[in-house]
Order: sequence, then C-alpha cells, then structure tokens
Amino acid sequence: MSEPILQLLDISKEYYGNKVLKNVSLTVHPGEVHALVGENGAGKSTLMNILFGMPVIHSTGGFSGQIIFGGEQASINSPKDAMEKGIGMVHQEFMLLPGFTITENLKLNREITKHNVVSKLLGEKLKSLDMEAMRKDARKALDTLGVDIDEMLPVEGLPVGYKQFIEIAREIDKENVKLLVFDEPTAVLTEMEADLFLKAVEKLSASGIAILFITHRLSEVMQVADNITVIRDGEVVGRLTREEATIEDMARMMVGRKIDRIEKAKKIHNGSQENILEIRNLRVDMPGELVKNVNLDVKKGEILGIGGLAGHGKIGIANGIMGLYRASGQVTFKGEKIKLNNPKDALLRGMAFVSEDRRGIGLLLDESIEKNIVLTAMQVQGKFLTKFFAGVNFADSGKIRGHATKLIEELDIRCTGPEQLVRRLSGGNQQKVCIARAITLEPDLLFVSEPTRGIDVGAKKIVLDLLLKLNQELGMTIVMTSSELAELRSICDRIAIIYDGKLEGILPPDADDTDFGLMMAGGHSDKAKEVS
Amino acid sequence: MSQVKKFIDNFGYTRIIIILFLIILFIAALALELQTKSLITGILNRAGMNMLLTLAMVPSVQSGTGLNFGLSIGILCGVLGAVLSIAMDLTGVQAFFVANVIGILLAIVAGYVYGLLLNRVKSQEMLIGTYAGFSVVSGMCMFWILAPFKSPKMIWPYGGRGLRVTVSLEDTFDKVLNNFLLGQYNGIEVPWGLYAYVLLLCLAVWLFSRSKTGIAMQTAGSNPRFAEASGINVDSMRIIGTILSTVLGAMGILVYAQSYGFLQLYTAPLYMAFPAVAAILIGGASVQKASITHVIIGTFLFQALLVVALPVSNAVLPEGNLSEVVRIIISNGIIVYALTRIGGGE
Repeated sequence: MSEPILQLLDISKEYYGNKVLKNVSLTVHPGEVHALVGENGAGKSTLMNILFGMPVIHSTGGFSGQIIFGGEQASINSPKDAMEKGIGMVHQEFMLLPGFTITENLKLNREITKHNVVSKLLGEKLKSLDMEAMRKDARKALDTLGVDIDEMLPVEGLPVGYKQFIEIAREIDKENVKLLVFDEPTAVLTEMEADLFLKAVEKLSASGIAILFITHRLSEVMQVADNITVIRDGEVVGRLTREEATIEDMARMMVGRKIDRIEKAKKIHNGSQENILEIRNLRVDMPGELVKNVNLDVKKGEILGIGGLAGHGKIGIANGIMGLYRASGQVTFKGEKIKLNNPKDALLRGMAFVSEDRRGIGLLLDESIEKNIVLTAMQVQGKFLTKFFAGVNFADSGKIRGHATKLIEELDIRCTGPEQLVRRLSGGNQQKVCIARAITLEPDLLFVSEPTRGIDVGAKKIVLDLLLKLNQELGMTIVMTSSELAELRSICDRIAIIYDGKLEGILPPDADDTDFGLMMAGGHSDKAKEVS
Repeated sequence: MSQVKKFIDNFGYTRIIIILFLIILFIAALALELQTKSLITGILNRAGMNMLLTLAMVPSVQSGTGLNFGLSIGILCGVLGAVLSIAMDLTGVQAFFVANVIGILLAIVAGYVYGLLLNRVKSQEMLIGTYAGFSVVSGMCMFWILAPFKSPKMIWPYGGRGLRVTVSLEDTFDKVLNNFLLGQYNGIEVPWGLYAYVLLLCLAVWLFSRSKTGIAMQTAGSNPRFAEASGINVDSMRIIGTILSTVLGAMGILVYAQSYGFLQLYTAPLYMAFPAVAAILIGGASVQKASITHVIIGTFLFQALLVVALPVSNAVLPEGNLSEVVRIIISNGIIVYALTRIGGGE
C-alpha cells in the first residue's frame, strides 16, 4: 500500500469542558474512499472542522493531537491553509452565487485571465477573463463527474442536485487537490442523483484523489467506501473494511450505548387501546425538517417517542399539528378533526406544545417567570382574568402570583422569585418554565420537542422525571420528540422513527440497537417489527 | 463602590449624562442671573404639553412596531379635528372636546390604515414610518390650501386661498387645561389641570397594558413567534398598537396647541415626531421596551434641557442670530444623542 495521504493522530477537542472528541485517529490513503459514520452530534463535523482549520476550533481553545498530511506534520490554522495544502471540502450548504453562470462559479477568484490593451498599461488587476479557457476547464470538471449540463447556465434555478455537483466540480477543478471531504453530500439529492454522485465518487478515487465521506446513509457506505470508521460520542468505536462490514454491524455501533431506563412503576393504562390522536397524510413545510407523509396514531395515556436523525422531519410533526408551520393532511384529536394552521384551535382543544426552540418561541426572555407561565392560558382560555373595572378583562395579579408560586415550588424552578426575568435562568430552569406554561393549560395531550437540548446532565434527568410524573400521575398523554435515542428509550412506551419525512417504523423501547440504527438510517422498513 | 456602579448601570449612563448636562446648564443659568422661577415654570409647562406626544410612543413600542416616527399622521388628525371645531364656531371646553372627538375618530381610521402599511414592512417600520409621516404632511399641505373653510379666524385676513400657517386659538380653546386649577406658588406656576388630564391618560395606558388585550399586544411585540404559538393574532395586535399611538398623537397635539395658544398647519407637524422619540429614549426606553416611567422621566429631562439651554445660549451669545443657531444645534444634538442610545437601558 502507498504512503497515507492523511493521518489524524489522537485528536481530542473540548468545548467548554465538554469533551466532544476523545483520541480519534484516522488514516486515509490516496485513491481511497473512506467513510466516516456516526449519529448527529457524534463529533464528525468537529473532526472535519479541525481538519479544515475552521476559526470556531481556534477560538474555543484549539485541539490536541497531530495532523500529518502527505507525510509531513501539518499545522492547519485556517481554511486557506487547508486549501493550499490540497484539501477540498464540499459543504452541506451551497456556497454558490445564484446570478453567476456555472463556469463563473467554478472559477470564482481563480479566474483565468489574459492581457488586453488597458491591463498592459495599468497592470495585472485589469486583465480580462479568458472565458474560452475557463469554459474548457469547467467542461472538463463536469465531465469527470459525468454531469451533462451546459456550463454557461446560471446557477439560479438549477435543481439542488446539480448545485451539489457544481460544488464538487469546483473542488476537483483546483489543480492540487489531493483529499476531498464530503459532508453528507447525498442528504439533499434524489435517489437518481445520489447514484450519479456515487459513480462520480468512484471515478474521482480512481484518479487518485482520496475521499473522506461523512454520512449516515449506510447503504451508500456499503456501495462506495473502501474503509469505514464509526464514531460515537467522540470516540472511534469501530474500523471496518468494506468486505467485513455489514449494515447491521454499523447500525449497532452507531447507536449502541448503555441505556439507563428510568424504572417506571407499572403504568396505569387508561383504556390504552383508544387513540387520542390520529394523524393521516400529514405534510409540514418546515424548513430543514420537512414532513412528507406521516401516518401515526397516539394512544391515550401513553408516552410516544418520535426519533430519527436531524433533518428527517421528526421535529416538524409537532410544529405542524400545533399550527406553527404550514401543514396539510388530516389530524383527528379525541374524535374530532382539528383545524390545521391554527394554533388557537389546537390549544383550545386541549393540546399543548413545549417547543424545541426554547429561546425563540418557547419563552418571553425579557418578561417575568409568572407572566411566561400564565400567558398562554390567559390568552387562550381566559384564565387569570378579572373584570374589576368597566367590564374590561384585566390580569388578576393575585391569582397569577399564587399559581406561579405553586408551580415554581412543584417543578422546583430555581429562581429568586416569580418576578425574575426568564433570561436570567439557566437552561434547565427555562425548560421547566416552558413545561409549566404548557401544563397550566391543563392539556390532554402534551407535545414536547427536544426537552433536554442545551441543558446539563443533572437537569436532563429532572426534566425527564417530570414528564414521566405528568404522565403517571395526571394521565397526560405525551408525545416526545428527541434526537437523543437514549432519552426516548428511557421513558417512552413506544418509539416511532421518522426517516425522510415519513414514518419508518415503531419500536418498543427495549428493541435491539440494530433495529433502531437500521430504521434511523432508512431503507429497512420491511424488517421493522410493528408493535402496538 | 460596586453599589454605586450597580446603581449607575441600572439607571443608565444616558440619563446620567443628560442630568449632568442639565445641572451644568442650571449652574450657568444661576451664574448668569437668569430668572430661575420663570425657567421652572417653563419646564413644568412644556413637559406637560409634550407628555402625551411622548406617551404615544408607548403603544407602538409595546406592539412591536418600534418608535412611531409616523406620529405626524396622528398629529394631523388632531389638527384637523381642531380646524373643524373652529369651523363649527365652538369655543372653550366645548371646542376642545369636539376637536378631540373628531381627532380621535379620524386617528382610528388613519391608524388602522397606517397599521396595515406597517404590517407589510415588518422590521423596517421606523424608516417607512418616517417617510409615511413626511408624505402625509405634504399631502395635507395641499388640503390646507384647497379646503373650503370660511371662518375668518383661520383664513388669511387679506383674502386669497387657504388657511393661515398658524391659527390663533385665543377665541376657541386656548389654555383650557392650563388655566384649569392653575396653581401659583411664589411666582412659580403649576398647571395642575394640565397634569391631571395628562396623568389620567398615562394611567389609562398603564391600565390597558394590564388588560388581556394589552398583554397580548405586548407579547406580540416582544416575541411574535411566541405570541403566534399562544394563539395571538400578531398582525391585529400591531394594528391595535398603531391605532392607539395615532390616537394619542391626535390627543397630544390638541393638548400641545391649547397650551401653546396656536394651531400650526402646513409643514409644522413634519418634525414633531423627533422630540417625542428623543424624549422617550432619554427616559430609558428602547425600541423593544417602553413604560410610563420612561415617558415621564424622559419628557421632563428633554424639555428641561430645551427650556434652560435657550436663555443660557442667549445670554452667552447675545449677537442676533447666533443664539438661535446654538439653540437648534443643542436641541437636535440631544435628539441625535438620544437616537444613538436606541438600544436603551434596563
């Protein structure tokens, strides 16, 4: 085997005392397609940011470990360093100028120029573009990828798939490129485009370029990767070659972790065969979390978990039903069809929502705790009001204070008092305020999205215990959406996995890691065990 | 020491700097042996007459449309109300009352339309508002010329078309509030009637902010997405805020006019929003947050500065026009300074 083009040795990285990478090592040879596989938040992107010298790494205290590129110790302090060394990166977001042609985008800031009369007199800066040569280069790059498209078309209005190819073409057009990093390149591609893309990857590797391929689509990994590294929670948990790898193994490695199941007392099933919520053909137009066609039933008195990888639409379901994003389809709650796209209707019928975007839509940061807690109940249900003057509805500060004090005590919200501004609270306590607001509505069904995002470990357990308590003691049906599978498995009765905007399957919390991994990676709905 | 710092942080540097400047001016006034009693009377009078215009900023800030730079729209409604009440040949309290009723009705309609406009230009309300105000003022200039009013109190005495630039209110509602319960204390005049009226309206605005609709409006202003998720119609709350602000503008100009003694037409309302904006900013408000306290403190500080700065600059620079120039520099300087503080304190 040839000399490795890239070696990462013992890379560790901390963000504010939180270890996100622990002694990760990785070796890539020229012409090799190396897949880096892991869940969201496993540390893949951080690793790539280190490799690419992103400023975010250096502004948070750098990293430890060594990068050896092309046999030499490399210090990469900025993306520019990385590019000069011959590392190319294709981003998830398109960094293209819409009004420019494909050729112009490909050659941006690397234009081929020729002299004209003015430039001969006034210097280099005024040279004109050699469009013909640029076109030829662009054509060559596009041909390498096998894309049949006119190189003079403007980028604006092209299908996303093509935009992805243009990004790649731009990288391979750089002459010195030795290593290309693809960050979830197929996430936005259709199946056909993805096939085309994978073929292009093979062509590239055949020409001697090393490729580092970040993905969680396991079938693609099997198709193109020569070697596979699986990381989980910042650690390398497996190194496989294509021959020895199976999708099942990878799935298990990707997901597997110890599960601390909070032991529940035997649940009171309040006639649990009855559906409280029936979702049919739900589509939600939430940017980045598109729900394409979901059919799902929620049983009365259960805790239903909704899981899946980021960007597959799990978050969109609750947001769509609660009317925060454009939705279509049919949702039946307690036997009655609800009006979609109408938050008030959903709230009035007895549903409440704790948003994943806590600081954005979950809280009034510059208002007091008590106001945050009672506001929705006051506006929607007319609670906490008094008509002491001229028949006008005024806020009943006595009742509000009483209720807020009671909830602050019950939920153990750590604060200086009900008048404290919510902005001054810690993440965990802010989350409790959100939950307090939702339960003030006394809902029959509570949607909770990402309840533990951005809060510390201790507070996580408290929040989960709280949800469990609401379910057990008040019989509240809870639909919890979370990116953290372990958390879903700790308190849910059933877990629905969403893949590509659709329901992939429903699993019991004690199902095998492999099944969860497979479902989250898609394409294995046939193998899923339905439980009810 | 840390307590002093904390106090300063809470109170806001802007306000402290303005107060220091004011104290320097007062010392200068004393040193120049100016009439302090008339200065104090002037401050009390001007603060009272301007306070409603400043108060008009509160609902617009609370509903999330920012500072109402289009306040001239409301002001014009009030002026039109006054003109109509004069045309009806009313006098005294009756004239003031009718002018208010007409002004408020017009302001409700105008505020609704203005609110619809602001809902289409979210996040640029203040810029668009400024120019909407300018355009409406210019449009109304034509109206003042073309309107078929016949009352000799308002048209040019020597004939021709159109209304006068300033209409005296001597025979109508000049000083109806100012002279009501006017207190004299050792040469200092305190217009208690004016303050009772203004503070009553402040109280009304405060009460509204405690009502269900008022709370919904503030929620829509402080976090529109939260408000939507709580079933509040954000657009209609913004319209309510704009209507209230416009109505207060109309009522405010009538209070201003009765105290001043003249009704100013044509281009006079053009820049009337700026002092109101500056006053509430100096009072400690921001584009997101404004309260009655900000209104009261801000109006007093701002007007006190103007009232004291003028005679002081007059005494220091007695040569003709120069003091007028200095006065303009000072008043606009304070406005600029206030606008740079648009982020506000706590």
